[in-house]
Amino acid sequence: MAIKIALAGNPNCGKTTMFNALTGANQYVGNWPGVTVEKKEGKVKSKKAKGEEVVVTDLPGIYSLSPYTLEEVVSRDYVLNENPDVIVDLVDATNIERNLYLTTQLIETGVPVVIALNMADLIEKRGIKIDTKRLSMLLGCTIVETSALKQTGLQELIDEAVKVAKKKETRLPGEIFSKEMEAAVEDVKGLLPDSITEEKKRWYAVKFLENDSKVVEAVKLSDVARSTVADLRTKIEKNHDDDMESIVTDERYKYIQKIITTTVQKGKEKLTASDKIDRIVTNRILGIPIFILIMWAVYYVSVTTVGTFVTDWTNDVFVVTIQNAAGGFLERIGTGVVVQGLVVDGIIGGLGAVLGFVPQMAILFLFLSILEDCGYMVRIAFVMDRVFRHFGLSGKSFIPLLISSGCGIPGIMASKTIEQDNDRRLTIMTATFIPCGAKLPVIALMGGVIAGEAAGYAESSFIAPLMYFIGIVAVLVSAIILKKTKPFSGKPAPFVMELPQYHFPQVKTVLLHVWERLKGFIIKAGTILFLACVVMWFLSSYGFAEGGFGLVEDSADSLLAAIGGVIAPIFAPLGFGSWEPVAASLSGFTAKEAIVSTMGTLASVQGDVEDAVNVASGVGAWFPTAMAAFSFLLFNLLDSPCLAAIATMAQQMQSRKWFWFAILFQNVFAYVVALCVYQIGSFAVGGGFTAGTAAGFLLAIILLVLLFRPDPYKNQKVYAKRSVQNV
Amino acid sequence: MTLGDAEVGSTVVVTKIEGDSAYKRRIMDMGITKGSELYIRKVAPLGDPVEITVRGYELSVRKNDAQCVQVK
Repeated sequence: MAIKIALAGNPNCGKTTMFNALTGANQYVGNWPGVTVEKKEGKVKSKKAKGEEVVVTDLPGIYSLSPYTLEEVVSRDYVLNENPDVIVDLVDATNIERNLYLTTQLIETGVPVVIALNMADLIEKRGIKIDTKRLSMLLGCTIVETSALKQTGLQELIDEAVKVAKKKETRLPGEIFSKEMEAAVEDVKGLLPDSITEEKKRWYAVKFLENDSKVVEAVKLSDVARSTVADLRTKIEKNHDDDMESIVTDERYKYIQKIITTTVQKGKEKLTASDKIDRIVTNRILGIPIFILIMWAVYYVSVTTVGTFVTDWTNDVFVVTIQNAAGGFLERIGTGVVVQGLVVDGIIGGLGAVLGFVPQMAILFLFLSILEDCGYMVRIAFVMDRVFRHFGLSGKSFIPLLISSGCGIPGIMASKTIEQDNDRRLTIMTATFIPCGAKLPVIALMGGVIAGEAAGYAESSFIAPLMYFIGIVAVLVSAIILKKTKPFSGKPAPFVMELPQYHFPQVKTVLLHVWERLKGFIIKAGTILFLACVVMWFLSSYGFAEGGFGLVEDSADSLLAAIGGVIAPIFAPLGFGSWEPVAASLSGFTAKEAIVSTMGTLASVQGDVEDAVNVASGVGAWFPTAMAAFSFLLFNLLDSPCLAAIATMAQQMQSRKWFWFAILFQNVFAYVVALCVYQIGSFAVGGGFTAGTAAGFLLAIILLVLLFRPDPYKNQKVYAKRSVQNV
Repeated sequence: MTLGDAEVGSTVVVTKIEGDSAYKRRIMDMGITKGSELYIRKVAPLGDPVEITVRGYELSVRKNDAQCVQVK
């Protein structure tokens, strides 16, 4: 049977890097606490496992085995119920005190522990000296010095872990707590049912003393035993004038302090390079300007200069060349016009428009990954917390929003680090309001249309920044409106966040990151989008005309026109009631990028589908006014994201009810905002006052009331739920 | 005095931690326990949260949340 290793440790101690080094798997690595929430498994490379079958499970990064966060519950459930043969506890040698706090809890679970003293290469640099032999003796478990990054000590670690796992003997820790506590633990151990094996009894005993809600629920004690535990607890609590959980935590840290005084020599307190950098970038005066400058630089480079250059090349040279070549080839082998149309315009044209966008996204992701890996991203949460708290969110919500500007999928996934349910749901629901990379071509296209309609504006370059701005405002407005409703109410989440040391971004980590994110996009483009292109081409080329079904000359006779025509009236109040834009919006649900390709197909645009002027002239006729074009853009910016992102939402919400609420909210919100803007806007620029205008004003007033009404739950004293409490 | 009132650049010692169990436990798990030394490192550009050094690493806490920690 395979040997099961559980990889445990604090967030940001190099755990995922270690997992990748051991298993060779390409896994997501991040430099802000709590990136991994679900556990991941991988087989140890056969060379390292020496013929054994060794499976490693990467547990989420945790600080403790308390019952209060999702990660902690996932980890402890795994350790206690899935019977791993050994726990490899990754301890960050540069931050040993807090890391050992988790160790003292892991060694109580009855599963043998091997400590990997990670970042051992950094110890010397910092002038820290650790007597590993003595530490190993005091803790009762083997210690191996490793560096996951430099891949040293890994073979030894695996050898040790396999050896310990095979021995199957657990060495329970000696005395961690005070005499009084230890005696109480012994007493409680005697009260536990036989279903709990001997080596796990200590852990359960401590948890019963702490009155851990999850353990008390899971293990039934007799009434007598329960009251005995309660008596023991009250007695100790009285003696210490504190609650049990605090006493236990306190004594653990005291124990650690005691053992490290004899084993760890701390280096001289000197300013590390990281501290110096931090002094500048989170400086009171310079902090915000630096943040704005960095963000501006990232977007400027990836969206306008380098990004545009690469994207233009891909579209004008690369795609057109392929289109011509494919067209020529098909003609030579003598295929019909239908196949040529499908391949050249439908598939290559559609996919090309989207794939041409990949380089731009790659550059954006590259920058975001560098910021994340070097440790700046978490400082952004630190700097921005004040702003977001104003709207009932925390600085942690900012990271998902920022990543969503590249792609909503990793953005939604990044919301995992937000502990409180309501904040996390809110962030998941609103993250995709921020224009993602795929919406940029739509913005560029509609910018062209709007500029074409509104004669006063010579160019449309203001549209893109405006859309980002609207996206941010939409997030904040939704946050305020929703926070005033019961399900989202509750005291703001405590904001306790570790600020890891800065380090040079690792090329490998950064590239892995970029690839992981890009891969999702490319796969989506290759599968869903491919299908969408074919389906859209079919629907727009075929239809009922001249009494039969077949290829239609005029796309107004097509199937798409028929479908679009049926639902078009719904969008008439938004200013785009004709079938083409409605059909394009529909295709946006398969993937936002498809809006552009669908429009290109419907307007039969040849060549560069992404050239705003080119397509804009083709589709301009669909929008009677600039306001209608703007309303169309707004609706497609704020409505539900593409299918892939919707699937991610469903996965992260972990609740059908919340998922459907999110979908409903996004679309209703998008519809209402677009309607208000179109109706009121049209009225403002000199249109007549119609029933639509009245509806627009009415909805706008309702929106404003929801926004500015006093918060009925303002004085709520209860913290919002964390999902672990109802798992 | 609470941690929220402590001045930037000063070193304080925790005397008591208040608050409900989930929050208190979280703060204590991070190493802010009775008797531990905290160095108030800096304040974020907008005046909140604060960055403190505890047990050799950096932690950020909101001033409002820091009110629960009594220090001297």
